[in-house]
Amino acid sequence: MIREFGPADIVYLLAAARWTVALALTAMVGGGLIGLLLAVMRVVSFPPANWLAIGYINVIQGTPLLGQLFIFFFGLPLFGIQVDAWIAAALALSIYASAFFAEIWRGSLQSVSPRQWEAGASLGLGYWHRLFYVVLPQAVRISIAPTVGFLVQLVKDTSLTALIGFIELTRASQILSAATFKPLPVYGAAAVLYFIICYSLSRLSQRLEGRVHVAR
Amino acid sequence: MSYNFRFNALLPYTADIVSGVVLTLELSVVTMSIGLVIGFGVALASTSPVPALRRPARAYVEAIRNTPLLVQLFIVFFGLPSLGLRVDAVMAATIGLSINLGAYTGEILRAGFESVRGSQVEAGRSLGLNASQTFIHVVLFPAIKAIYPALASQFILLLLATSVVSSIGAPELFHQASFIDSRTYRSFEAYTLITLVYLALTLGFRTLFASVYWLVFVRRSRT
Repeated sequence: MIREFGPADIVYLLAAARWTVALALTAMVGGGLIGLLLAVMRVVSFPPANWLAIGYINVIQGTPLLGQLFIFFFGLPLFGIQVDAWIAAALALSIYASAFFAEIWRGSLQSVSPRQWEAGASLGLGYWHRLFYVVLPQAVRISIAPTVGFLVQLVKDTSLTALIGFIELTRASQILSAATFKPLPVYGAAAVLYFIICYSLSRLSQRLEGRVHVAR
Repeated sequence: MSYNFRFNALLPYTADIVSGVVLTLELSVVTMSIGLVIGFGVALASTSPVPALRRPARAYVEAIRNTPLLVQLFIVFFGLPSLGLRVDAVMAATIGLSINLGAYTGEILRAGFESVRGSQVEAGRSLGLNASQTFIHVVLFPAIKAIYPALASQFILLLLATSVVSSIGAPELFHQASFIDSRTYRSFEAYTLITLVYLALTLGFRTLFASVYWLVFVRRSRT
């Protein structure tokens, strides 16, 4: 049945956009936790941990997210784990995001000058005090803007989960487009919704970046 | 676990994988070239003092960078025909990827333009270089050196992003995975193998780009 593209369809797209946001938030939390672990593994002075983290990051950043999604979608059931599209999408995106978060945070941590460590030591602070009161506050401030910037990337990348059948904004537009035969307005509306989410994040990232430079 | 992995079931499809690699590389190289041309224009326009040039360029960059490539591809592939323009999948993929990449290379080139200061040109001239020598050695070469790493990693990202055009049916590398899957029902093996081929490609290109950087920029500055 072919019908018109009307206001009810916009509501349908908005409802689907909630899943886009939910998926991005899940990947942010999951990827953030794994990414934190990786960033630590990347900077500790224990070579096997460094190599493991570097290998993981290279594999994830050197393969397409689409491939990772399909491997999880088809691979986990082989190990007896029944997955629906949501689980596969959340897992694959978390692992994908973790590699990028790890690199962003390692970079932020290493961009704090080694002199800061020395300054802390000369004030008589121990290792943990220097880490938590001297280095980390500066590193976190540097990392906020690129982290928010990567969230834009993450929101856009959730669109790929449409291809394993997860019904988020892009998959919902495919369904609507097939029902209404009006691809241009449907995908146009989806693009506008993505733009609203991503542009707000981009502006936030730019503003935070400006603030860091002023504070320095 | 009762599943038997059978990667040798994929062996008869080597020719399909090779043809997929060829199209993926073609798409990447052609798109990079068109994207650089678009990006050059965008960078010129967005650093221009004329608002009528600057504003459309900024709008293009923001619109592209804040929407997913997949939706952009759908608009080109499914949307253009409803305006009366018929394009096949590879054509739509090339158009969609180039429009997408133009926004990113535009930003990289803009940063490159802005990295060259007017005072450096004056310094070059005062050392007795003529105008073209100043342009080549003081403006162009350092600017290329500054943007080369960003462009190289953009190419790697593009190589990976071309996998997305499999969704509109362009028979590139990732599309071969679903083709092999449909013939052998070895979904996991097919997608794993194709993903590893991408890994080999990106590692190869990274090594290549790093060697070129060393040969052109590092070694030259030492001599």
